[in-house]
Amino acid sequence: MGKQLLINDLDKDGIATLAGYKTHGGYTALEKALKMKPEEVVEEVKKSGLRGRGGAGFPTGMKWSFIAKPPGVPRYLVCNADESEPGTFKDRYLMQRKPHILVEGMIISSFALGANTSYIYIRGEMMFQYHILEKAIQEAYDAGLLGKNILGSGYDLDLYVHCGAGAYICGEETGLIESLEGKRGNPRIKPPFPAIKGAWGCPTVVNNVETLAAVVPIINMTGDEYAKIGIGKSTGTKLISASGHINKPGVYEIELGVPVEEFIYSDKYCGGIRNGKKLKAVVAGGSSVPILPTELILKTAKGEPRLMSYESLSDGGFVTGTMMGSGGFIAMDEDTSIVKNLWNFTRFYHHESCGQCSPCREGTGWMEKILHKFIEGHAETKDIDLLWDIQGKIEGKTICPLGEAAAWPVAAAIRHFRPEFEEYVKKGRSMIDVKHYYRINNLQPA
Amino acid sequence: MAKVTIDGKTIEVPEGTTILNAARMIGGEIVPPAMCYYTKLETSGGYCRTCIVKVSKGSEKDPRPMPKPVPSCRQTIMDGMVVENITSPEILEARAGVVEFLLINHPLDCPICDQAGECSLQDLGYEHGKMKTRYEFKRREFEKIDIGDKIKLHMTRCILCYRCVKVAEQLTPGRVHGVVNRGDVAEISTYIQHAVDNEMSGNMIDVCPVGALTDKTFRFKSRVWFTKPVDAHRKCDTCSGKVRLWYKGEEALRVTARKDKYGEVEEWICNECRFDHKKTSDWTIEGPSHIDHHSVISANHYETGNALAALKHDIAKQQKQLEGNDMKLKEGAMNPNNQ
Repeated sequence: MGKQLLINDLDKDGIATLAGYKTHGGYTALEKALKMKPEEVVEEVKKSGLRGRGGAGFPTGMKWSFIAKPPGVPRYLVCNADESEPGTFKDRYLMQRKPHILVEGMIISSFALGANTSYIYIRGEMMFQYHILEKAIQEAYDAGLLGKNILGSGYDLDLYVHCGAGAYICGEETGLIESLEGKRGNPRIKPPFPAIKGAWGCPTVVNNVETLAAVVPIINMTGDEYAKIGIGKSTGTKLISASGHINKPGVYEIELGVPVEEFIYSDKYCGGIRNGKKLKAVVAGGSSVPILPTELILKTAKGEPRLMSYESLSDGGFVTGTMMGSGGFIAMDEDTSIVKNLWNFTRFYHHESCGQCSPCREGTGWMEKILHKFIEGHAETKDIDLLWDIQGKIEGKTICPLGEAAAWPVAAAIRHFRPEFEEYVKKGRSMIDVKHYYRINNLQPA
Repeated sequence: MAKVTIDGKTIEVPEGTTILNAARMIGGEIVPPAMCYYTKLETSGGYCRTCIVKVSKGSEKDPRPMPKPVPSCRQTIMDGMVVENITSPEILEARAGVVEFLLINHPLDCPICDQAGECSLQDLGYEHGKMKTRYEFKRREFEKIDIGDKIKLHMTRCILCYRCVKVAEQLTPGRVHGVVNRGDVAEISTYIQHAVDNEMSGNMIDVCPVGALTDKTFRFKSRVWFTKPVDAHRKCDTCSGKVRLWYKGEEALRVTARKDKYGEVEEWICNECRFDHKKTSDWTIEGPSHIDHHSVISANHYETGNALAALKHDIAKQQKQLEGNDMKLKEGAMNPNNQ
């Protein structure tokens, strides 16, 4: 297995506690960072080439350097722990097993940004992890790692964990800020971006859990060393939440640049498709990225092997490529129904749309109802075209990326698996999966 | 001052003006429709997406086009910006899509709706909508609720423009209603057992672009096009007292604020003026109202000649547009690899 920086020592005793974390080299990066100047920390992160691990893949160092610094105005760092993308469960795992790496990363990043108050916005369903973080933060306060004059450096920081109420939309950075302020989690219209006007109108940076955790090894090993891991502009390691019909589902830390084929079939990672079945399709980065059939996920359209990296996965645009996303890797075997799977995804987006702008509010529900027609066996060919048309009218017309997230899976499924939709149309009611039918309609089998 | 070109027409406007307001300064056909934006309400706009436009040149300094359509009501202009509205087929297509989305869950109960005739959604559907619907499922429904003793909320008709929420936030001392739930079941509602009861709440009726919030003292009294608008004023301590009375025969059936040609009120009025003074003797009559906004309400009574001609012209134009407009998509639109 390649280099592991985040989850390398999870098997060590007491790594979730401050004492255990410290014996295994914890908080050395903080000591090192506090001796540097904040700008030097930002420079180190810039050199490392670290890219946002939440989905968009925006260079973190650049995001940090955009933050406005008006005098007399507080700045905030907010950690986005509202991990709700179907297929993604890496942040929860990291926070549960090694909460101090996030706390340490947050202190260093807050120091770099000059923030004296920082928040971890955690999803409401993750109560268990919430308590773990609360405990870790208390330990850090008791050890003088948080609060006034951290480790005698003169730098003050207060860190709070804020529990959301469990809405996917609050994982969008401006929706998250609204929710943090105590309002309805409706995304804001950008510009102004949070780096200029964020929480309570002050400059704010919102980063993913994994991004902030990765700052710790970057400071420990220097940015230049970190940039040597990985491939091209995809530097470092990435947590991948592998799920679906594979032999060994779980969270894997990979060096970016591992071939997708190796990731699926190697025993070091997913261990192949379960029951010796064939791979049919892969959703490579969480439910909102386009689904790809086997031949396109293993090889790019040009015939080169596809790698687990930001560039290689998005090779070919959306016609023959996909996206790294948040690293929610869902593999589907030959028995999977793409239509049913798509209905399930769309049902999710319908449920989670905030209802602020019309295309997403009305379009997601409409798409779900049409897909439901397929499953119930009375769809017509024109419904496939209608779905294609609706997704095109949602994509890019909404305030936040939820509209795109809802439209892309539909577009990709139709683009790559249109014959399957046509089969549903042709075979009609004989395609009904009775068990599934009972379940989705809340019926009891007779 | 900054220069902006909208559909080939150039205008110089102060910095910080939005594209929509710049277009309104130019006027005419190039003004994008707006369902949720309201000049007098801060932070309004951006939700309905009917006013989206294409920015084909960002500014003189940074001439790159903007990657996505932008809401013209919220996007401020930069010097040298080039905007395409009705000259861009994609925008017209996208706008037709938005109108379709707004209408799929709308009950289309115009024949019994008090707003009919002065409804922004009717006008929008008339100008940008299609003949038939492709939606074949049950439409969303809500119970009608009384919010206070003067206002009826008919949530089924609502398009969630958030204008009434902003009115409550910005004009009244405390907001007691808001949006609850999310997605396509989001609804405007009051907190449990609360009534909307303060002296400016009636303005919510005026800002509502559809018939979701209606005046209980006027409900089912008359179709709006049978009433004649007359401007009047009275001395009022709370508001400006400048209103519009709607007469049917000798009787004033309702009182509203005066609206401009974009359907936005000129000055807010208080509930006392709106609901409690419906006798001619309460008012100083100024004369017949001039209605710029071309709709059925201007086709009646005072300005019959011009307005009727304008309406006829409109109908002819619509019919021309609708010919052959049989919900067909563009050629090649169905090809999945042709995005």
